[in-house]
Parts: sequence; C-alpha cells; structure tokens
Amino acid sequence: MLKRLGPALYPLVGLIVVLLLNAAWLPGFFVISVRDGHLSGSLIDILLRAAPVILVALGMTLVIATGGVDLSVGAIIAISGAIAAGVLAHPSGTLFASFSGNSSMVLVLGLPLIAASMAGAFNGFLVSFGIQPIVATLALMVAGRGAAQLLTNGQIVTFSDPTISAIGNGFWLGLPIPILIAFACAFFVFLLVRRSALGLFISATGASEQSSFLAGVPRNSIKIFVYSACGLLAGVAGLIICSDIKGADSHNAGLYLELDAILATCLGGTAMTGGRFNLAGTLIGAILMQTLTTTILTRGVSLEATLITKAILVVGVCLFQSASFRALFARRGVD
Amino acid sequence: MLEIVGLTKSFPGVCALNNVHLRLEPGEIRALMGENGAGKSTLIKVLTGVYKRDGGEIRLSGQAISPSSPAHAQSLGISTVYQELNLAPNLSVTENVCLGDEASRFGLIDWRAARRRAVAALDRLEAEIGPNQILGSLSTAEQQLVAIARALDREASVLILDEPTSSLDADEIAALFKILRRLGDGGLAILFVTHFLGQVYELCDTITVLRNGENAGDFEVKECPQERLVATMLGRESDTSIIGSKLTSNKGAEILQATNLGRKQMLAPITFGLTKGEILGLSGLLGSGRTETLKLTYGAIRNDSGQVTVGAKTTPHPQPKAMMQSGMGFCPEDRKSEGILPGLSVRENLVLALQAKRGWYRPLSYRQQNALVSEMIAKLSIKTPDSEKPIDQLSGGNQQKVILARWLIANPQILLLDEPTRGIDIGSKEEIKALIRGLAHDGTSFIFTSSEIEEVLEVCSRVLVLRDRDLIGELVGEELSEANIMSKIAGGKC
Repeated sequence: MLKRLGPALYPLVGLIVVLLLNAAWLPGFFVISVRDGHLSGSLIDILLRAAPVILVALGMTLVIATGGVDLSVGAIIAISGAIAAGVLAHPSGTLFASFSGNSSMVLVLGLPLIAASMAGAFNGFLVSFGIQPIVATLALMVAGRGAAQLLTNGQIVTFSDPTISAIGNGFWLGLPIPILIAFACAFFVFLLVRRSALGLFISATGASEQSSFLAGVPRNSIKIFVYSACGLLAGVAGLIICSDIKGADSHNAGLYLELDAILATCLGGTAMTGGRFNLAGTLIGAILMQTLTTTILTRGVSLEATLITKAILVVGVCLFQSASFRALFARRGVD
Repeated sequence: MLEIVGLTKSFPGVCALNNVHLRLEPGEIRALMGENGAGKSTLIKVLTGVYKRDGGEIRLSGQAISPSSPAHAQSLGISTVYQELNLAPNLSVTENVCLGDEASRFGLIDWRAARRRAVAALDRLEAEIGPNQILGSLSTAEQQLVAIARALDREASVLILDEPTSSLDADEIAALFKILRRLGDGGLAILFVTHFLGQVYELCDTITVLRNGENAGDFEVKECPQERLVATMLGRESDTSIIGSKLTSNKGAEILQATNLGRKQMLAPITFGLTKGEILGLSGLLGSGRTETLKLTYGAIRNDSGQVTVGAKTTPHPQPKAMMQSGMGFCPEDRKSEGILPGLSVRENLVLALQAKRGWYRPLSYRQQNALVSEMIAKLSIKTPDSEKPIDQLSGGNQQKVILARWLIANPQILLLDEPTRGIDIGSKEEIKALIRGLAHDGTSFIFTSSEIEEVLEVCSRVLVLRDRDLIGELVGEELSEANIMSKIAGGKC
C-alpha cells in the first residue's frame, strides 16, 4: 500500500502531521456538525477553500507531465470570472451591454468555459510550435489579466443572481457545491487519463519528446489537449471564485494561484521535468497547501507569515522526495 | 613536433586507449580514423586536457607536456576545432576570436587591439568576414573559419580538427581544404579527424588508424590503397567466402519504394526499393549515411528531395505517425535519446507504439498490456525483475530489446532497424537475428544496418552500400561477401 502511493506518501504524511497539530491546538478540529442541514466544520471549510487550487492543480499536473508549465491560469480565472459576471450583469459601456434582460444560464456558464478552453488551446498552439512553455504562457499571464480588466472596464462587476451564486455558496447533499465540483472534476480527469491512453501519451511526451514522436505519439495534439484542459479547469475555478464573491474582480481573482498549483503538483510527486505524474498526489498536495493556510490563519499569525511557512513546508517535502537528500540520512550500505 | 608515446587511458570497465603512438611533423596533415569506440575522441580529449592520461607521454617539440585543461593545451600551442563549434553565436566575430584571452589595457578590454588581432587571424585564412559581424549570422562554413582563426590567434603549432566537414557543402569543403593546405605549407601540424574516405585522400599526407583503443595502422596516403584502409578500420582481412548465397532473394511484391530521397548535407538523393519478406542491409562506414537513409525514409528527419511510397500510398514528406499507421516501424540507433522513455516503466515503454497506432480512445487494458509484456519478456529474454521497473534501470542491451519489442507487438509490415544489435551480448544478438529471419520468412520486410559487415551478411539477402553519404552500389545473392562490400566501400569495382 505504502509503495503504491509512491511519492505521494510524503505530502500525505505532511497533511496528517498538520491535521494532528491542528487537533492538538483546537480540540474541536475534527468535529463535523450539521448546521441548517449542511455539514460544517474546519475540515469542510478547508476543502471548500481548496476547491479552486485543486481544479487548477489538476490541469497543471497534466501540463507539467508533458514537460511544460502554465503560468497563465490565474489570468484565465480572471477572464472566466469577468465574462460570467459581464454576461450576467451586462454593465453598460462594456462589451456585454448588448446582453439585455435575463441572460440564459447556458451563456453565463458556457461562454466563460469556452473562452478559458480557447485561451488554453492558444497556449498549447504556441508550445507545439516550439516556444518554451514558460515564455508562451507568460504572454497570456500578462495579457490575460489585462484582457479581463478591459472586459469589465477595470471595474469590479457585481451581480446578485441566486443560481450563479449557488455555485460558490450553495450546498448539495449537505456538502458545499465547490467541493463537489472539484472532486467531480478530479474524478473525471482521473478517469479520462487513466481509462484512455491519454495518460500514457502525456507521460511519454514528457519523458522523451523525440522517442514519443518516433513511436508515432501525436505530441502536438497532446500538448494542445493538456493546455486546453488546464485552461478549462482554470475556467471552472474562475466561475467558483466569481460566484463566491458575487462579482468579478479582474485585478485579484486567481492572483498567484498558478504558483499554488505548481507547488501542489510538486508536492504531489510530479517532477517538473515531465514524465510520470500523480493526480492523487496533486490532490493531496493542494489540500495540504490549503490546510496550512487555514492553520496559520486560525492560529492568528499574520498572512505574511503564511507565505514563508508554505515555502518552508514545500521545500521540506520536496527535499524528502529527492532520493539524494534521503540518502544523506540513510546509513551507508542500507538501501 | 607532436609525439605521443605509449598513451594509455582507461575508464571504469573499459580501456579506451592502450599504448597508442602518434607522430605529427610540422607541415604534416594527418588523418585520424577509426570506427565507433576506436578511441579517437578519447585521444583528442587527452591531448586537449579534458581527460587526464593514465600512462604514456605527450611531447611537443621535444618537451614532455601534460595538458590539464583546454585552456592550458591552447597556451601550449595545441588548438582544437570541435565538430559542434564551441563558439558563442550571440557574440561578435572579434569577441569569439579573443574570448578567454582578451587584449587588455589597464584592466579593460582594448577593443581596437582585439579587432586588429581578429582581422589578422582572419586575413591569414583569406576569409572575408567582418570582425563586427555577429557569429550567429554567419554560415556554418564561415563560423568554422572563425573557430580556426581563434585557434591561429593562440599561435597554435598543432591544430586538431574534429570532423570539420560534416556540415559543409562541396564548395565550402574545397575552400576549407585550400586554407588547410596553405596552413600546412606554413608549418602548422594538422590532425584531421574524419569519416570521409574521399577527403582523406584529397587532403592528408598520412593516416593513423585506431581500433578498439589501439594503433591499427600507420600509412602514407600515397602508399595505402583504400581497400587496405577500410580493412584496417574494420579490423578484418578480406574474406572472400560467400555467405549471402545461403539466403535466397525472394521476389515478393514491392512494398516500399524510396525515390530520390535525400536532404542537403545529409544524404545525396538515393533510390531503392524493398519487397515483401526481404531483409535489405545497409552497409558502409560510420557516417556514410546509413542512419540518415533510415531516418529520411521514416520521416524522423524531413527530406528535401524525393518521395517514399509504401504499398499504394506515395508521400512527398514522410512523417513518423503516418508511416507508422501505414505499417512501418523504426528502431533508432541512439537508443538513449530517441528510443527509451526514461522514468517510465518497461510496460509503458513497450506498449507505446502499439497504443499510438490504436489511438488514445482505444486503450489496451492493463491485462492486455501485461499479457503482451510478459510474452515479449519471455520471447526476447529481457532481463527485468518485473514489468513496472523504470526502463533506465535496465542494462543497455535489455533496453534495446524493449525498444525492439515495442515495434514487434505493433506488428509492422516494414521494420527499419538501425544497429539493433549494438551493445547487446552475443547470445542475445543471435536471438535477435534469428527472430528477424523468422519474421521475414513470415512476410515482414526489414531494412537492417550494422557496423559489423559480418552481421549484415548473415541476415540480409541484398545489401546497399553507402559511402560518403551517397548510395554507391548494390550487392545481391552471390555477390554478397565481405571482400565485395569492402571493395565497394573503398570505391573499387566488384
């Protein structure tokens, strides 16, 4: 069992340690109670807050597995939120002024997701032309947030549609809807890559592009696919964030989320060099990141300190994943 | 001038140079030749201070020297121009010539003096290259000249050229040779490493052949017929016994036809066909164009002339994916960077091509994969503890078998095998050859290359002979013998 977990073992151990520390500090930490027919408690809250990172990190894992990286996910979140809010509230003076009356939910949810996938596909195209992923996606990281601000004329567009705000604030079967969305997406991505040959092609492209090319793997299609998927998942995260605050804040929505997603991926045991990837590990990594943030906030430490603590934790887990670091502690001759 | 006596260098497990001798007089242009693993690169690296020698002596103008780094070797007067030019493409010509030895005044670079030096060195080569041009904007041939100018600027008495002509066209080579001859007349001793027989006879005075890290022969070019040189390099006397006649060349239907297939500076346009169930061999020295022929046929490298027909389908530019779909497979020679997927398991490495052929939406189930993998592990006796072992933890020979198995399960009609037996133990070699023959008997066609002529003769029913990146002949049935292949390579008539 432990062996099957592979590199995901270390973040899992980290997660358990942080959870136990919390339980020691806050006696009621593990208690999940039913309030107004919904489950509530610290654990539920952590998962709720972790939903956007989980979504973005899933896509990021696929991209990193091909040997790439996507820095533009934060910007795509902003675009997705801006479009959703724009279509819903159609503020005058913006592109959305022509949407009048009650916009259909299909448009409100569909347009942002289509735009997000297309932004991802654009990244994929650039990368498949041989542009370095970090450069190709940096372009959209900068331009995307600008585009989101243009879409909303630089304002924070707010709305008060009960259906849309349910995405971020509602419950189903007693659980917050963002958690359900995140886990449903994780389940779907897992099925898609493991039940088809996509997972093999993605790992193969990341392990050796030339070997895969010569074996007939459609490496360019694979790249376009993973970046599109990453964009789409970021778009879903954008909808959750936008619906949570009942508005689109193009300046701050998803800011630095790409970094959290990359960290969650690394924590989960997927190497930045590409190749083998571990979606379950990414899931644990993302939850660990959020648990840590929540822990520090509930301990009353300032937000600034969270960043440093996060960094220390990430470096620690990554060091333990490194075989040569572990070898320092292993006695000679004992493997 | 330069004298190497009893030079020895070993690496863990291999003796790369064993008691090697070499003399180079002022004004002499000596060719250093040998097949893969002969020890040429090791010798050069010891000479230029990249490696430390284990034994023997290097004398320059009678003085014993021990180069400790390339910079030290340069200051002693030994300059090297590497095949992959070690220059900075984003710097100017002047900067490249003077890099590492800048003329300085008061601690600052004296650019005027630097430019003067660059111009002086380029003038000696009669090269019309401006000192302020950015290196990357120059042609490969011009960059080569800058590299030589850089060597001359260091007042080299010995110039080592490591395959300087491999990316030049015929005119550029002629111009380079003119310059080298003039430098030789001026007293510079030149050691010229190349795979091109023709160029040796055109340029050089003397030849040193290495084989398996030892001296295999020293010749005056004028007194050494090409056949003797080839035999020395390959390490065998001409054996006239005919092996090929055992294999009948069956006249099946033609399933592959390459017409005028070629690419500039890589392979002259060549035409050949392949019939069903045939094993076609490609023979020639290292660098003769064997690998290039296979890569152009499969589309691993884009051709700029000709076309390939597989079955009834003709394509002007083959592409690996399309070729694979039409039933072709390709085992590359460079297993490490073009064959294996490092970090992924034996199972994943093995099923890749078959899965790519089926497409992403028709996955092989885990059970099917394991059945195929177990079958191939048994059939090719791949030594691995289990099918989930990362492939890079297997030995080279076993990695090769996995790559071969990858294509065998994809069930191709045509399989291009570039040195499939390299680095494999003798027993496995025989197994692989038997496997190839068996599959050919059942109708699979092969193109097979090996640097061992003997092996080509054992397996193939027809052999194409390549030399200096061109197809120079074909041997069928009774003509197949080592002597005939070697005399073809040497440029003689059969």
